[in-house]
Amino acid sequence: MKKRKINIGVTGLNAIDSPGPGVSVIRALREAVSFDVRIIGLSYESLEPGIYMHDLVDRTYSIPYPAGGADLLMARLEYIHEKEKLDVIIPNFDAELYPLIKLEPKLKALGIHMFLPTLTQFEERQKVNLNDFGKKYNISVPKSKVIYDLNTVHSLPSEFSFPMIVKGKFYDASIAYSIEQVKTFFNKISAKWGLPIIIQEFIHGAEFNVTGLGDGNGNTIAAVPMRKQYITDKGKAWGGISISDEKMLDMTRKFLRNTKWRGGFELELMKNKDGELYLLEINPRLPAWIYLSVGVGQNIPEALVNMAMGETVTPFVTYDVGKMFIRYAWDMIVDREEFEQISMYGEL
Amino acid sequence: MKLRKNVAVSEVGLIFNPVTGESFSVNPIGVEILELIREEKDQNQIMQVLLEKYSTDQATLENDYADFIDILNHHHLIEIHEETKD
Repeated sequence: MKKRKINIGVTGLNAIDSPGPGVSVIRALREAVSFDVRIIGLSYESLEPGIYMHDLVDRTYSIPYPAGGADLLMARLEYIHEKEKLDVIIPNFDAELYPLIKLEPKLKALGIHMFLPTLTQFEERQKVNLNDFGKKYNISVPKSKVIYDLNTVHSLPSEFSFPMIVKGKFYDASIAYSIEQVKTFFNKISAKWGLPIIIQEFIHGAEFNVTGLGDGNGNTIAAVPMRKQYITDKGKAWGGISISDEKMLDMTRKFLRNTKWRGGFELELMKNKDGELYLLEINPRLPAWIYLSVGVGQNIPEALVNMAMGETVTPFVTYDVGKMFIRYAWDMIVDREEFEQISMYGEL
Repeated sequence: MKLRKNVAVSEVGLIFNPVTGESFSVNPIGVEILELIREEKDQNQIMQVLLEKYSTDQATLENDYADFIDILNHHHLIEIHEETKD
């Protein structure tokens, strides 16, 4: 029987050393059993590798940066929709979620579906709100403090012991072992990402991630926990293995039940030597290692598309434990004309 | 004492703990001991098997065995119940 074809716009084609999830999401969608896909890449930079992966991406359009505002983005998406008849968009960057959540009703009116968290859910899980989030939903989080002023740094040792984590509001985190280092990281990170800076208690232990999908009513549609096995100097997992930690799955189900999270997500967790779990961060989108979910039997991007299209999706209940992903870098040979096409015309 | 649930030990000596995602490698004697633990043999029975098979004395074996069990326990690969501690 011929499967229906869905036109899906996907961002995050930057398959670099700190990769966007787009290429992994597309690989998962290409393996969907419930539909066929035409993939429309949505790129910000001409050198995003996914643009040139023609076996994965059918056509790519450049889109304006989120900082340009929702109107500019809407105009560009309308143009792309006119040409490609988009059915679904899967955004893969935190920063583009805010304008897209705002644009969701307008896009839906055009027939473009998404499956995103609500604005409240998106805001609540921001790093600066993690303490309150932990209290509200009864989830263990490391102690943290938001600071705006370098002069307040001196009082930190009375509240935190060294080492402590210095975090940017969107990206970047460094471990500081002295006040001098806190100051250095404060300046470095705030220059790049702005204020405030978040100071967070350092939890000694092993790093884990859980990716999954919430239906928006408190139900868990999918959940796959993974232990990072090979971590790059940017803290990204370059290799990992699926595990069966019931505590981690319980925390995930509790997170979804209590927040009624809608959409894909990634929880960043730390387990200390006593086996206590701490939630460090909630990424409001699918992670770059999402293809592991396909490998273990839960095609989360496929389920997300079906939910976006308004279909009832049966929750996944099992997955393979002990399956690994090992990432690699791959040099593509690209004709200059292709680079020229995307750079000059914004389409390829 | 028993191996924790779902801990996998391959024939060539790779141990995988599915809860933590950690992997360890052990030598053939380690595999043999883990197999005996899985069969729920107690310390005396394990020592007897090893003494019969390998040229070593009881004191050395006891020390090495205790070290090995400590390491397994440290990595949460076995469960030791006080009342049946052997």
